Amino acid sequence: MRIVFKTDYVQDIRPWKDRYQLGLYLALLALAVAAPWLLDAFYLGELTNVLIWAVAGLGLMVLTGHTGQASLGHAAFLACGCYANIILLEAGLPFLLAFPLAGLVTGVVGALIAIPALRLHGIYLAIFTLALSILTDDIIVLSEPWTGGVSGKYAPPINLFGVMVDRWGTPAPFYWLTLAVVVLVTLGYINLLRAPLGRSFIAVRDSEVSAQAMGVDIARTKAVSFGLSCMVTGWAGALMGLFAGAFNNETFSVVISIQLLMMIVIGGLGSIHGAFLGAIVIGFLPQFLSIAKEWLAPLTGGGSVAIPGLEFGVFGMILIAFLLFEPMGLYGRWLKIRTWFELFPFYRKDMFKRQKTYLRTERLK
Amino acid sequence: MSLLAVEDVTLKFGGLTAVNRLSFAVDAGEIFAIVGPNGAGKSTVFNLISRFYTPQSGALRFDGHDLLAVRSSDVAALGVARTFQNIELFDHATVLQNLLVGRHRHRRSNILSEILFTPAVRRQEVENRERVEEIIDFLDLQPYRDKMIAGLPYGVRKVVEMARALATDPRLLLLDEPASGLSVEETSDLRWWIEDIRRQMGITVLMVEHDMGLVGQVCDRVLAMADGAQLALGTPAEVQAHPAVIEAYLGHPA
Repeated sequence: MRIVFKTDYVQDIRPWKDRYQLGLYLALLALAVAAPWLLDAFYLGELTNVLIWAVAGLGLMVLTGHTGQASLGHAAFLACGCYANIILLEAGLPFLLAFPLAGLVTGVVGALIAIPALRLHGIYLAIFTLALSILTDDIIVLSEPWTGGVSGKYAPPINLFGVMVDRWGTPAPFYWLTLAVVVLVTLGYINLLRAPLGRSFIAVRDSEVSAQAMGVDIARTKAVSFGLSCMVTGWAGALMGLFAGAFNNETFSVVISIQLLMMIVIGGLGSIHGAFLGAIVIGFLPQFLSIAKEWLAPLTGGGSVAIPGLEFGVFGMILIAFLLFEPMGLYGRWLKIRTWFELFPFYRKDMFKRQKTYLRTERLK
Repeated sequence: MSLLAVEDVTLKFGGLTAVNRLSFAVDAGEIFAIVGPNGAGKSTVFNLISRFYTPQSGALRFDGHDLLAVRSSDVAALGVARTFQNIELFDHATVLQNLLVGRHRHRRSNILSEILFTPAVRRQEVENRERVEEIIDFLDLQPYRDKMIAGLPYGVRKVVEMARALATDPRLLLLDEPASGLSVEETSDLRWWIEDIRRQMGITVLMVEHDMGLVGQVCDRVLAMADGAQLALGTPAEVQAHPAVIEAYLGHPA
């Protein structure tokens, strides 16, 4: 176990614990930047997909993981970001302007929706956002002049500093663009968590009553969290649209919303790592399944027959397994493994056991 | 002039009168206790001061401000901090993070500067940390600084909650049953802390407490309540000897 001798408060404020940890993350970043030379076009596309899901996961993590507000409707904001981006691009705006604006528009829409929605607690909020996700489909169909309705829209090619960025034609620049968005969003997220606003999100999640007594404006904090969450989700949606190339009212269905929520639960609620780990599971699961099917085909004699719903079935089972055995998600499991090695041989089985809290003053609400 | 004035306050929940025409005033620099049997309305008075409830009639004044005109999230900004009877900490955060939330009312930064983590935000964080460390030193919380609340024993959580209230730099500290569930040693620590909070930090303390030993040792004045109304008001000895108080606790002599 490395013990850091702290001599300055800045050591606690900066995001990395010590040089070793900083080096590790820089190495990971370097590896990510070098990925187009290390992987073939197919796997680079898959990695891009994972990174886009990670952005969406970060967006939902702000709201669900850190502010404690469950949302089953984030596909609506993916759609909002996606359409806003394309509409702005078609209006002739350069990508460097259209893309940030798409996120901002989604964030403002989200914050406005949040003002009535966040009066609802727990399951009621989940149902409200679920309804929102279902409504999106109809809204897209109804506003055909802007969205293209059922026939959908095609993403125009983007020109970024004279480089063509296209998912199929030039996968490497598109990958780097996604990576840049991921890195910027992650850095912003890290900064937020070590600043007063991020702490007030956590305060609202853990105890609204005492957050209020500490001077945190609950309604405002929730709305800000919803807005920030939707902004990041909007960027993820814009990237998804560009990645898919073509999309219509059915692209951002309720299933995507649910998948997104499952993803951050599997990854580990309340941690940035969780969003990435969950995205890796979501992104690579279909590949993994098809490889596994090929492997198993000679044994079962099933050949390469498509099994409808297999992916969702497996995904659901993974989720149930996590809720039962590892509610802290993949990141929680990683923390346990790391602590086991760090404290060897002193790790105790109950080290991470959550204590039941009794007598919460819920009656004040 | 008194720091906190409760004037003729009545609060009803439907047919139940929780607080009935209650008046009292807490002077600056005082340690004031509210005692009374269960259901007397002691914690309700705290929740009125925190503005979780709005009374049907009466007035609440803090340092010249009309408390009824501010929202509950703005009460902290006036300099009122509190603890809760059943401990309301942020369970999945560290002790340090909990105390830093206490600094929220001193936030000068905005969303944009925080996302960019500008040098001004960094300075503010260092300042907050310095103040929080003073309180950690004051309440001997050094061993728990980076521990999650969820894993801490009850007695330590009580102290952390008091520390979080102190981190707001309040002028009035409301302690809701600070000694409940504490061991004898912890209660005697608490006694010295409460006295030091007044002496060193110049904070006025208003507390609800059942431990009459503690109340007698630290409090200047005591308000006894029953059924939402005042029974007696005076020094601890006066209140303990008051016939109405004895009756409320022990009943009529046969």
